[in-house]
Amino acid sequence: MLPVYYSPLRKFWHYALRVIVALVLLFLIFPILVTVPLSFNSEPFFTFTEGMLKLDPEAYSTKWYVEFFTDKKWNIALKNSFYFAIMSTILATILGTVAAVGLASDRMPFKSVITAILISPMIVPLVIIAAGMYFFYSVIDIAGTDFGIIVAHAMLGTPFVVITVTATLAGFDKSLLRASSSLGANPVTTFLKVTFPLIRPGVISGALFAFVTSFDEVVLIIFLADPDQRTIPRQMFSGLREQINPTILAAASLLILISVILLFTIELLRRRSENQGIFDS
Amino acid sequence: MENTQTTDDDLSLTSEHTRKYNQAIRREKNKALLLVLPLFFFLLVFFITPIGFMLYRSFYNPTVSNLVPKTIEKLEQWKDISRLPNEETFKTLAYEIKGLQKTRKSGKFAEEVNRRLPQTGSVIKRTARKIKKVDLDKVANYQKLLTSIHKKWGSPAIWTGIRSAGDKLTINYYANALDYKLLPTGEIVKQPEEQRVYLPILKRTFYIAFIITLLTFILGYPVAYYLSLIPLKKASVLLIFVLLPFWTSLLVRTTAWIAILQSNGVINKTLLYFNFIDKPLEIIYNQFSTILAMTHILLPFMILPLYSVMKGIDPSYVRASQSLGANPFMSFIKVYFPLSLPGLSAGSLLVFIIAIGYYITPALIGGVDGQLISNLVAHHMRSTNNWELAAALGSVLLVLIMVLYWVYDRLVGASNIKL
Amino acid sequence: MVASSLLSASVFAGELTVVSFGGAYGAAQKKHMIDPYVKESGTKVLFEDYSGGVAELKAQVESKNVKWDVLDIEYIDVERACSEGMLEVFPQDILPKGDDGTPAKEDFIPAALGNECAVGNIVWSIIFAHKNDLKTKPTTVADVFDTKKIPGKRAFRKRPQVNLEWALMADGVALKDIYDVLGTEEGVKRAFAKLDTIKKDIVWFDSWSQAPQLLNDGGAVIVQSANGRIYSAIKKDKANFNIVWDGQVYDLDGWAIPKGSKNKDEAIKFIQFATRTKSLAGMQDVAYGPTRKSSMVLIAEEVKPQLPSAHLDQGIKASAEFWADNGSSLGEKFTAWLIK
Repeated sequence: MLPVYYSPLRKFWHYALRVIVALVLLFLIFPILVTVPLSFNSEPFFTFTEGMLKLDPEAYSTKWYVEFFTDKKWNIALKNSFYFAIMSTILATILGTVAAVGLASDRMPFKSVITAILISPMIVPLVIIAAGMYFFYSVIDIAGTDFGIIVAHAMLGTPFVVITVTATLAGFDKSLLRASSSLGANPVTTFLKVTFPLIRPGVISGALFAFVTSFDEVVLIIFLADPDQRTIPRQMFSGLREQINPTILAAASLLILISVILLFTIELLRRRSENQGIFDS
Repeated sequence: MENTQTTDDDLSLTSEHTRKYNQAIRREKNKALLLVLPLFFFLLVFFITPIGFMLYRSFYNPTVSNLVPKTIEKLEQWKDISRLPNEETFKTLAYEIKGLQKTRKSGKFAEEVNRRLPQTGSVIKRTARKIKKVDLDKVANYQKLLTSIHKKWGSPAIWTGIRSAGDKLTINYYANALDYKLLPTGEIVKQPEEQRVYLPILKRTFYIAFIITLLTFILGYPVAYYLSLIPLKKASVLLIFVLLPFWTSLLVRTTAWIAILQSNGVINKTLLYFNFIDKPLEIIYNQFSTILAMTHILLPFMILPLYSVMKGIDPSYVRASQSLGANPFMSFIKVYFPLSLPGLSAGSLLVFIIAIGYYITPALIGGVDGQLISNLVAHHMRSTNNWELAAALGSVLLVLIMVLYWVYDRLVGASNIKL
Repeated sequence: MVASSLLSASVFAGELTVVSFGGAYGAAQKKHMIDPYVKESGTKVLFEDYSGGVAELKAQVESKNVKWDVLDIEYIDVERACSEGMLEVFPQDILPKGDDGTPAKEDFIPAALGNECAVGNIVWSIIFAHKNDLKTKPTTVADVFDTKKIPGKRAFRKRPQVNLEWALMADGVALKDIYDVLGTEEGVKRAFAKLDTIKKDIVWFDSWSQAPQLLNDGGAVIVQSANGRIYSAIKKDKANFNIVWDGQVYDLDGWAIPKGSKNKDEAIKFIQFATRTKSLAGMQDVAYGPTRKSSMVLIAEEVKPQLPSAHLDQGIKASAEFWADNGSSLGEKFTAWLIK
């Protein structure tokens, strides 16, 4: 209940704020909510049919999912998406974690400049990166190779790893490192036994970000990939420009499912790292 | 920090201690650098170098001077440009065009010259087609031959065009990217009105990015504020509404907006069903749909930094000001709002920076008047194949982004991007 | 770059990337050309869509990263592509005889072998179409440009080709003079001025597959389309559409090989197969005329009136030469005009 001494105006604002917030949250979630039921449309349209609104079971169908999983092009795209995302995540996570550990050192010279450079792939528009890579790749002759796509995606993922790992290192007690080395551990052992367990949540969430970055990326793929290197977002992009059909919505719904899984994983990790002290892990 | 303090306190340090201490510091420094080095090197090769290639491409174009090297050489000795070049130059070009025709490069040559001097591409192409059947060794007068194929060979303009297209280094593309043109005489003049395209699009990009930033502020501020007031448990549940779209693919969200906005989409069907309208509203493939979808996509980038700053604002400040007699509205404006500014500047700059470089959403639902500067870069990369112009436009955009990023780094700090 | 060679997509022998326009046309090609070829040769074929034009082809050739092996190219573009070195020269003398034994040189219509880089594949046409339930039905190109007589959106393909020709036709230029007028600066101005009158009523699309969709969705009341797309929508999907042949701009499509294709020999074999009498006759599924005389006997009687060749006097042939010479400058003008 609101305090009784609140003025009518204040009461109005109290409720207005809640209504506004509810509307904005609805706006945020609405497009995602709409996509999923539409993907079960039995008609080849991008819209709710009357049958769907009347909840007529005839109006619903899983045929677009069947098409998604049986069509050769979508199959290749699905395989490519996972392949590029996994490979580039591994690369980005290793490079990003190691760099973040260095960056967290108090002795790091030019810290802010170097940080700004390491973060910049997140900031520079993808079209610019894509154009640059397009010129560069044809010169060093890796255009159209899986290697070219993987390093490009890894490059986009590294800033996320750097940011998340740096964030976990910020609350990190450095005396533990000294304790470890005074007990005779070499730096690699110290990293594996002391540092890594502590920053693990940051590494994992950074890796998930890197994974999503690659999995969703379409601009670099448009510019750099061969026809047999198409990914799901690429397939959706050309579908949306050319032949719109609900298979795209089925693909979209599956991607939403993946985002939900990743989101819950990452929130779980965040909570664990927030709630847990160092010693009870 | 601890180490420095001990050294300051301990006055009995010997030079040996200092030396060892400095050595240790240096070792730490080197270790830190060594750890950053692999990523730095990786970015140098796969991020910075490609961008360097793009910058290079924006003012270096050796195509024409490679295609007709001898003609360019001759034209460089041509001084009085009010008159035609000499017969020797005509002869050289005739032979070189014939050579290009044979190797199927005459079209390329024509296109390149056409870029510097419009309306000349067709002259060169026609010449190449005709000259194919001519036995050049038996020609007495090459000037007559070329002018009989096309009368434009009889005016100096096309020759100055070829000469300036032969410059390997040129600022022509930057001039074009800013709606100017570089005349073959070296003057830079504004493009004629109907050809001015890029500055208006640049202005539009800024305008749209600004509107989107404003909208995300208007929509995001109350949400972040409310989330910061309620208990953490409840807030983290509501945050899912913000985070789920944030984690959902851009393509998915754009697809969803197409399903919602298209002429027989969710909105139009609903409005038609209830007879609010009698024909579908045009709410897709224009600026409106671009702004709407981009606002939706970028809103989490505003809410998250705002929320993280607001969470740290001590509510007792606001209460204190109210107990001192300020009305709630004034105390909000005077006390709370300034305290939330760091979050606001972080969010706004991030949204603005991302918005001006946006490509996918405008490409899919921007129609004609929702296209942004990135779309033109892509257009010249993929549709007109004017890669030099694309590179110049990209470089202009890059400079703008870098300035904004520098401001962001100053105000917020690059490492403070909240995820 | 050891890693790159390890990870690079390996190119197996007997693999071919073929690109065409997708939709109903792509389906017909798949049925009559791709699938039978795969069956006969055992080659793995990747059949991809593109939306026409030379840009993507040029980008591949110039960056020396050629991803395609065979492409279906509009003859309006082939002259330019060939003269700019984007295509391999095709050895036309190795084309197979017609099923009736006529040598290829006599069997093909002359235009089909008119460019040394391609082999004609279909005769098709760009027409406009509308739904039969439209109140006032358009009958001429001038009607397309008359938004008072027929209000509503028009959907055009986003390129200057055909749109400029139509603008001049609607402005009263005689069919035989279209390209002469368009060759002058005043003619170009006139065409753009005419397009200006309906600019706000035009919906632009990139790919031919979008044309019947736009008509069906109500996105436009009149659409510019390849005749086969509308024909197939009427025949297969029972769409209530009507084709208007007035002002048709007919053209050929051909198979060609991008310069630097990694599988050139295989590509030649495919083109030999796909231009046989029977393969070509299969394109009647989408009412595209064959480029071999010997295929004509295989065309069903009811399809014949739906072929572009039955309406030649109502339109013009797209001029490959004109667009080769002026394509890029008019393309730039068109873009500038479009985004203003």
